[in-house]
Amino acid sequence: MLHIFCPHCGELRSEEEFHASGQAHIARPLDPAACSDEEWGTYMFFRDNPRGIHHELWDHVAGCRQYFNVTRDTVTYEILETYKIGEKPQITAASKASAAPSTVKGLGEKV
Amino acid sequence: MSQSYRLASGGRVNRGKVLNFSFNGKTYQGYEGDSLAAALLANGVDVVGRSFKYSRPRGIIAAGTEEPNAILQIGSSEATQIPNVRATQQPLYAGLVATSTNGWPNVNNDVMGILGKVGGSMMPPGFYYKTFMYPKSFWMTYEKYIRKAAGLGRAPLQNDPDSYDYMNHHCDVLIVGAGPAGLAAALAAGRSGARVIIADEQEEFGGSLLDSRETLDGKPATDWVAATVAELQGMAEVLVLPRATVNGYHDHNFLTIHERLTDHLGDRAPIGQVRHRVHRVRAKQVVLAAGAHERPLVYGNNDVPGNMLAGAVSTYVRRYGVAPGRKLVLSTNNDHAYRVALDWHDAGLQVVAIADARHNPRGSLVEEARAKGIRILTSSAVVEAAGSKHVTGARVAAIDAQAFTVTSPGETLACDLIATSGGYSPIVHLASHLGGRPVWREDILGFVPGDAPQKRVCVGGMNGVYPLGDVLADGFEGGVRAATEAGFKAVVGTLPKAVQRTEEPTLALFQVPHDKGTRGPKQFVDQQNDVTAAGIELATREGFESVEHVKRYTALGFGTDQGKLGNINGLAIAARSLGISIAQMGTTMFRPNYTPVTFGAVAGRHCGHLFEPVRFTALHSWHVKNGAEFEDVGQWKRPWYFPKPGEDIHAAVERECKAVRDSVGLLDASTLGKIDIQGPDAREFLNRIYTNAWTKLDVGKARYGLMCKEDGMVFDDGVTACVGDNHFIMTTTTGGAARVLGWMELYLQTEWPELKVYFTSVTDHWATMTLSGPNSRKLLAEISDIDLDKDAFPFMTWKEGTVGGVPARVFRISFTGELSYEVNVQANYAMGVLEKIVAAGKQYNLTPYGTETMHVLRAEKGFIIVGQDTDGSMNADDLNMSWCVGRNKPYSWIGLRGMNREDCLREDRKQLVGLKPINPKQWLPEGAQLVFDPKQPIPMDMVGHVTSSYASNSLGYSFAMGVVKGGLKRMGERVYSPQADGSVIEAEIVSSVFFDPKGERQNV
Repeated sequence: MLHIFCPHCGELRSEEEFHASGQAHIARPLDPAACSDEEWGTYMFFRDNPRGIHHELWDHVAGCRQYFNVTRDTVTYEILETYKIGEKPQITAASKASAAPSTVKGLGEKV
Repeated sequence: MSQSYRLASGGRVNRGKVLNFSFNGKTYQGYEGDSLAAALLANGVDVVGRSFKYSRPRGIIAAGTEEPNAILQIGSSEATQIPNVRATQQPLYAGLVATSTNGWPNVNNDVMGILGKVGGSMMPPGFYYKTFMYPKSFWMTYEKYIRKAAGLGRAPLQNDPDSYDYMNHHCDVLIVGAGPAGLAAALAAGRSGARVIIADEQEEFGGSLLDSRETLDGKPATDWVAATVAELQGMAEVLVLPRATVNGYHDHNFLTIHERLTDHLGDRAPIGQVRHRVHRVRAKQVVLAAGAHERPLVYGNNDVPGNMLAGAVSTYVRRYGVAPGRKLVLSTNNDHAYRVALDWHDAGLQVVAIADARHNPRGSLVEEARAKGIRILTSSAVVEAAGSKHVTGARVAAIDAQAFTVTSPGETLACDLIATSGGYSPIVHLASHLGGRPVWREDILGFVPGDAPQKRVCVGGMNGVYPLGDVLADGFEGGVRAATEAGFKAVVGTLPKAVQRTEEPTLALFQVPHDKGTRGPKQFVDQQNDVTAAGIELATREGFESVEHVKRYTALGFGTDQGKLGNINGLAIAARSLGISIAQMGTTMFRPNYTPVTFGAVAGRHCGHLFEPVRFTALHSWHVKNGAEFEDVGQWKRPWYFPKPGEDIHAAVERECKAVRDSVGLLDASTLGKIDIQGPDAREFLNRIYTNAWTKLDVGKARYGLMCKEDGMVFDDGVTACVGDNHFIMTTTTGGAARVLGWMELYLQTEWPELKVYFTSVTDHWATMTLSGPNSRKLLAEISDIDLDKDAFPFMTWKEGTVGGVPARVFRISFTGELSYEVNVQANYAMGVLEKIVAAGKQYNLTPYGTETMHVLRAEKGFIIVGQDTDGSMNADDLNMSWCVGRNKPYSWIGLRGMNREDCLREDRKQLVGLKPINPKQWLPEGAQLVFDPKQPIPMDMVGHVTSSYASNSLGYSFAMGVVKGGLKRMGERVYSPQADGSVIEAEIVSSVFFDPKGERQNV
């Protein structure tokens, strides 16, 4: 069971307080009418399934009811950081590949 | 003779307390402190079960979790049956009743055994895949007999009388295992002041020290165990958990411990006590000190009762005072196993010989055995056991382990017990639960835990450290590290001194060669699953090279065994057969749980009425008092109907419907979701999430709204009222309340954070009583100060005032088609208001009605219920609700783009229509499929289905709603519903509004 740092509550809490809401940073197209059916289908249904660094949207549904983002390693399940909506991740697949993996920043707990 | 294999003295059992127990119907005696296995062996019970596939007689091999054969059914009554209990782990109690789980009709006279003997070649690996696949439909027939013959135990047929529970913990250091390494770690961590939990699966702490010859500081090792446990128990921050197996290592240092609090007392927990408890522990640091399992050597007929693990023999002799035989032959490839011969010799029993596979062993323990005059045969091994139901001898021959050949015919030594040791395998299970692959270490011939991101240290035997002095030091060091990492300052301490010995390396021997090779007697690798060395070789010959494939093809390490006893032997045999190293072969995955967990422990308190929370409305007790039958709607208990004496549901619903249409009815609508929406952008927000327009809704007015998801499909509906220019109150479906709120928050927080609007769930704050029917106005007027005049308070508006003397919000909306008022009051005033309504309603025959009547009345009006008439694939057009879609709203609201997809614009989509059976007495079952041509051969073209169906008194005929392809353009056409009994119900496609199509009754 994951231990997740809620950036709104400022605490590590158990996974059962949270609800996973899929991939993070899926922006709704600003002009839906301009999308083809295929583009709209891609926005609605197509998601990444990476091996390694992934950015996810979580909801502290049994806590503060706030959504936030989580950077998680899908291999080890390490949560490397959590950050508020609108913020950018400090750790990405690209940065992870180049930088030293053990330097974990932000508020995420390294397992 | 009773307990003829009990030694005259010794052991940690209480000889003063004799316990009676029964096994397969026969009564035996044992002592307090025995395991069931020890008590069986003390009584000379050698056959405890029949093997899974070949049905060979099987006896006790081990003394702990790795036991593959003595897996029994326990329980003296039907309600207390427990399947698959390892006799080696079950403490004996007075009155224990155990039976074999495999063996039919019984273990000594087994029908399947004949099949097994005939069928050596009949049941090769992959047997199930090869044999029972065809014809596919026969699997059900095969399965019944396979299951019966395989003997997997059985579940009780009655409810478990005991209680179970969960406990949550946070700790600094969790220590898994209380052997020498774990105890040393606990001392180090406990003395630092850290909050420590130490758990061990055995009845008492001490692990290998409980049956060890070793001394610490010149005293028996158990003295140190007792002192250490006493010290730990005296520490305020240390929780000591015996009989507690750490079964799972889950993400982020979350571990589950299965504690058996009363299994040693009886098959029912004493009154007031919990039988099992699951501890859910979040640990800052984990010290894994799980130890190592001795592994057997694989040789011919190594499954005949009387073949045992060397260490297990020592356990029975030293811990339980039981000798599982008289004459011992030991087959080993390492020094450590020699202690078994020494223990046996010291107990005054005969050691026939020690066969050591090594060329010239000279370690301290070897020399000690030599000095006692024990015969040692070097470069030798037991190649084959003699005997069928019990060992009668051991053929010992010279072998060349390197060339994998037998180099002499050898001699058969008469004996009744063969102890084997093929070295030690660190118990890496917990360290691997999260996917970390163990690493092969050639120097210790075992897999040790690999690197992992978890905050854990592995110490002692689990880490490949075996000499006692080193184990203590490694454990202590691990405890210091864990406590320090958790933020505590370790205290310097001294450890007791163990005797130093010279120990020579173990020889890499996993399977003993046989002069006849695979044509020789069967060599078992996994006894629980009847996997033989020949079977593994066959699997590799048939092309299964990956360890995971070999496992699945042969069933090696399946089931409750989880790769404990024979796993490494199996890997080694597969590797040799493939010509690769064990390191290249690797291990299979290990998964929780380490040992089987009872369903009771898994369920904890989440059973019976505590299985799920139940929600009651503020008026629940009134419903109960008035005889309501209840329906579960989500977690809510809603009145379903209110039967009068002698009435069934049909009669009650007919009466309730009539009362609403003729006079006035009362519905408890409190369960509808209510969301309070406030903020300057509230109106804009509603525009974006509802399909219709909200810009012009004035204060005091209410409007029905539809919600779609981005795909354009309807997912909730309800009425929202304008309370103030920046304040709305939204209602949702009962079941959708939480879902809708979460979905609204999602859009607000992630897409439109610039909107100033806030949502609060107020479902439980308000109680809602709906008065519906032509007399509702007259009734309400008697207890309310609100002007109810039809022009002052028109349809689809709401007003504030008092009802029954308390502040209320009254909404003039209708789900029945009748003049209706929804009275909302603070939930804690509701009962008093209800009583006033009921008193005033007497003269109007005010009739309480439930959800069933509500469904009939709304369906007569063609009002949908989201989730009943919709299924997530229906848009507003499909529901004939285009009137509720504001396609010209400036913002591209949720669902608009989705419902403009090409597929949503097809004219032959399934559309919601009314269905009127041609025979008014016939009733279309809900869910029934519809066709246009009932004479079409099967498979027929299905064109839709029935979503709602009722008998209607108001209409005088039964009617239904359903979806039909292109149905809105097929008014007056016929559809047919073929029934399972061969009959066909014919219906006419009609408008879904059956009653009062102009809506005159609600606009009065």
